[in-house]
Amino acid sequence: MIRISLMAAGLALTLSGASTAAEKPVLNVYTYDSFASDWGPGPKVEKAFEAICDCDLKFTTAGDGAALLARVQLEGKRSKADVVLGLDTNLTARAAKSGLFAAHGITPKNLAVPGGWNDPLFLPFDWGYFAFVYDKTRLKTVPHSFRELAAAPDSLKIVIEDPRSSTPGLGLLLWVKAAYGDKAPEIWKGLAPHILTVTKGWSEAYGMFLKGEADMVLSYTTSPAYHLIAENDDSKAAAIFDEGHYMQIEVAGKMATAPHPALADKFLKFMMSEKFQSLIPTTNWMYPAVALKDGLPKGFAAPIPADKALIMSPEAAQAARDAALAEWQSALSQ
Amino acid sequence: MAERAEPVITPALVAGLGAAALVAALSLGTVAVVAWAAVSPMRLGAGDWAAVKFTLSQALVSAALSTALAVPVARALARRQFRGRGLLVTLLGAPFILPVIVAVLGLLAVWGRGGLISAVLVHFGLAPLSIYGFRGVVLAHVFFNLPLATRLLLQGWQRVPGEHFLLAAQLGMSSRDINRVIERPILRAVLPGAFATIFLLCVTSFAVALTLGGGPRATTIELAIYQAFRFDFDMGRAALLALMQFSIGLGAAVLAWRLARDAAQDPGLGRAVRRWDCLHPLSRAGDVAILGAVSLFLLAPLAMVGLRGVMGLGLLDAGVLAALMRSVIVALMSAGLTLALALALGAAVARRRAGRMAPWIESAGHLSLAASPMVIGTGLFILLYPFVDPAAVALAVTALVNAVMSLPFALRALVPAMRHVQSVEGALADSLDMGGWARFRLVTWPVIRPAAGFATGLAAALSMGDLGVVALFADPDAATLPLYLYRLMGSYQMTAASGAALLLVVSSLALFAAFDRWGRATG
Amino acid sequence: MILQLDKMTIRQGDFSLSADWAVKRGTRLALIGPSGGGKSTLLSLIAGFFEPDEGRLLIEGRDMRGVAPGKRPVSLLFQENNLFPHLSVLQNVGLGIRPDLRLAREQHLAVERSLQEVGLEGMGDRMPAQLSGGQRQRVALARALLRDKPLLLLDEPFAALGPALRAEMLDLVARLLARTGATLLMVTHDPRDAERIADQTALVSDGRVTPPMPTAELLADPPAALRAYLG
Repeated sequence: MIRISLMAAGLALTLSGASTAAEKPVLNVYTYDSFASDWGPGPKVEKAFEAICDCDLKFTTAGDGAALLARVQLEGKRSKADVVLGLDTNLTARAAKSGLFAAHGITPKNLAVPGGWNDPLFLPFDWGYFAFVYDKTRLKTVPHSFRELAAAPDSLKIVIEDPRSSTPGLGLLLWVKAAYGDKAPEIWKGLAPHILTVTKGWSEAYGMFLKGEADMVLSYTTSPAYHLIAENDDSKAAAIFDEGHYMQIEVAGKMATAPHPALADKFLKFMMSEKFQSLIPTTNWMYPAVALKDGLPKGFAAPIPADKALIMSPEAAQAARDAALAEWQSALSQ
Repeated sequence: MAERAEPVITPALVAGLGAAALVAALSLGTVAVVAWAAVSPMRLGAGDWAAVKFTLSQALVSAALSTALAVPVARALARRQFRGRGLLVTLLGAPFILPVIVAVLGLLAVWGRGGLISAVLVHFGLAPLSIYGFRGVVLAHVFFNLPLATRLLLQGWQRVPGEHFLLAAQLGMSSRDINRVIERPILRAVLPGAFATIFLLCVTSFAVALTLGGGPRATTIELAIYQAFRFDFDMGRAALLALMQFSIGLGAAVLAWRLARDAAQDPGLGRAVRRWDCLHPLSRAGDVAILGAVSLFLLAPLAMVGLRGVMGLGLLDAGVLAALMRSVIVALMSAGLTLALALALGAAVARRRAGRMAPWIESAGHLSLAASPMVIGTGLFILLYPFVDPAAVALAVTALVNAVMSLPFALRALVPAMRHVQSVEGALADSLDMGGWARFRLVTWPVIRPAAGFATGLAAALSMGDLGVVALFADPDAATLPLYLYRLMGSYQMTAASGAALLLVVSSLALFAAFDRWGRATG
Repeated sequence: MILQLDKMTIRQGDFSLSADWAVKRGTRLALIGPSGGGKSTLLSLIAGFFEPDEGRLLIEGRDMRGVAPGKRPVSLLFQENNLFPHLSVLQNVGLGIRPDLRLAREQHLAVERSLQEVGLEGMGDRMPAQLSGGQRQRVALARALLRDKPLLLLDEPFAALGPALRAEMLDLVARLLARTGATLLMVTHDPRDAERIADQTALVSDGRVTPPMPTAELLADPPAALRAYLG
């Protein structure tokens, strides 16, 4: 028995080809799955950075932002991560409190993030607005606020993500809270009949929407750009809500225990550069954090105006989270 | 008869104990590790009790329905011989080995708001079907578990000596008489175990329950565990919830054990079962209707997966082949490991004088049924991280955990066969002083080979489709096929993902069928 | 003629078996021959578990083609598994009267009587697992007795018993047959069994069942095939 499992382990080791001969220093960047996937920015970022750093950039992935933070917290001070890329501002308060991150010491220029930036530990690399995406050919009467959505006929169905297991889900929770404060439970009650179901993550929800299960899905204002640019399909659109849209700002930070702190700094600088930023729109399908020289790619709708942007500070988001979740659960469990 | 004194410690017992210890360490031990790593005091939240309640109620209903529906299906399959029966039995097993996300999308393609049935309803001016909620959860769980229940019951039918059906024919028994005299005792013997197994599978369900449950009402314990890790980073709570899941598992196991009457029967001559009680056209029509309905229920979603997948196949690039290769290798390692563990446990349990140790060893093999993959993964991660790069052992860990997760099903198939060998040929082998390898190769293996083939195939297929713990250990450059599929979905590549899903379904089934055939091949 | 095999042949893959003879009522016929020769197959044919591919099989002058096993005037005892393990002795015997076991009082008494006849008085409440091998076959005999079919088929039901016990069982069968007047077809591999109970013996080998001959005559001057078998 033991011999068999040892053999299995050995086989797996050879299979995964774990260790490549490494004369160059290895920069470990932890990120979420879709960033490092073949269709995400990962491969191009790796190539571009390796061209200038004389190092080997290695991605390590976790499911999404929250799983990423949990993973880093599990590893603690023993972590071999240099940079953690892919948390968002709903997580940074917890991340800061963990004491695992070091100050980046960078003052970003030409920042295109609405509301400015002054977090000493984390730097934004992209951002977007949560929004309900619909199919123009299927949905004729589009709601333009949570109240309109609540008032729509019950046959209008949305699919949302669970805040406990997904980043957009948590975003929606805080969106309603930021827009309606104490009235949030009321809004949730109004939305309840329209919520077809709640999924574990974005992929399930978006997949169900594309298969025609629901009329609208919680995603991003930039989602239609994907269909337009990559699939030449202009049927998808994001419903713009009068209350404004909650922002997701995705950030990266340097680990206090980074084995290669200088390389990590170099990577963060590279992250704010035109080269990295210009990859973002059509690989991560979000807005770049820095204004691009040539502007956004054709097909990308201009972001809605900054005065429509809703966001809680990391501290406020962390403080509001648990109560908002309880409200959400009780409103939707009736 | 005076019993000859026999040394209590035998190699079989040692191997069995070792295997049991490994399973216990992976399932219970990881809970302890997670609890040990907890910083905050261990306590449950108010929502957790609601989760326990929902988990129990949906699992009870799902398991009851799955097993109840399996009775007429297994009966029809047991008493009808027809062309393509073997293929049907194999295909009916497919939902059980499907990755959750694929199965859910397949189900929705039939039952969903945008599915086939709704399309027909809407065409006739009716409202589309709404399955979300409790019934959706139950529907999905029946879809997953009806095939398993049918297989478990069919095994019961196959254990009936062929003479009994001939005897029944000679005594002029009607279908009702046969039901009372032969079939009901079988059900009595196998139903409680099947029910408990499926109950536990439904207890540990998470994404299915959430997606089809229609909202946070449908929170299961496993989701609460996930939340504790990911949302609250509260490992104490995760460990407590995992313990709660184990206690439910224990309760179910004890109940099943008390209800099951072990109808230890003499093995028959293995004749093909011909039946004279069910020749009436009405009876035949009934069975045809049952098999037809169940095939439609189980195969229509699969067909939709296939239909949608075909369009996506062209969009896949070489990366998918590498992922497929990795998955197949992991599945083969995992299946080999499952077989080794099951044989070790089975040999210890089926010894002639197994003693009081046996039930404990056998239960240990089933521990993983109530285990939380999330807790196993996290526990292993905490243990291994200080020593090795998680990505380097990702595939090995996946193979190991998948092996342990499939072990209960392998044991279900293997242990009865091994007991059978021991009771029938054990004395003869003892008298010839056959021991060790020779005895296994010449006496045990030929008899258990079909069961071993089935168990290995099932383990391989389950491993193929399972995301398992690999997510936590994942090496971005060495994704398995299910992970690759999720990555496609996470990158808007839904059509390509459908293609990958089809590939996954076909390769899982092919692996299962290959092992199953190998088991049944003579020679 | 109780049983007529009229140019009857059955084929199963490479194997085939044919017979063309008849048996008078009250005969006690032993079927002897090498294993795999088709002895059990012949009994299965008569019991209706298979149909012949050619020729006819008549019992009491009636062509049995298409007659379900339960409708044939036949009782068959297997080598083992003649009892349902979860039913009591009484219930197992009672099945011979009514497969749904709704027995009237006098039917219960009949069950008791037949148990008495096979020497199992007062054992009605036992379960098969509590009986010895010989006792289990006695229960099966009791059921056959109760069914009272004109043709009794025994497929080596005593092969697993010791010589003394086997002789005792054969004598029991002989006694019961003398009382009921039923005809016996018994598969055996031991010529002593044939000598003990059967007035006629037929040889089953090489795909053929020879016409029955008086047992003593056959064993005194065995044909080549039987000589080869007896060794």
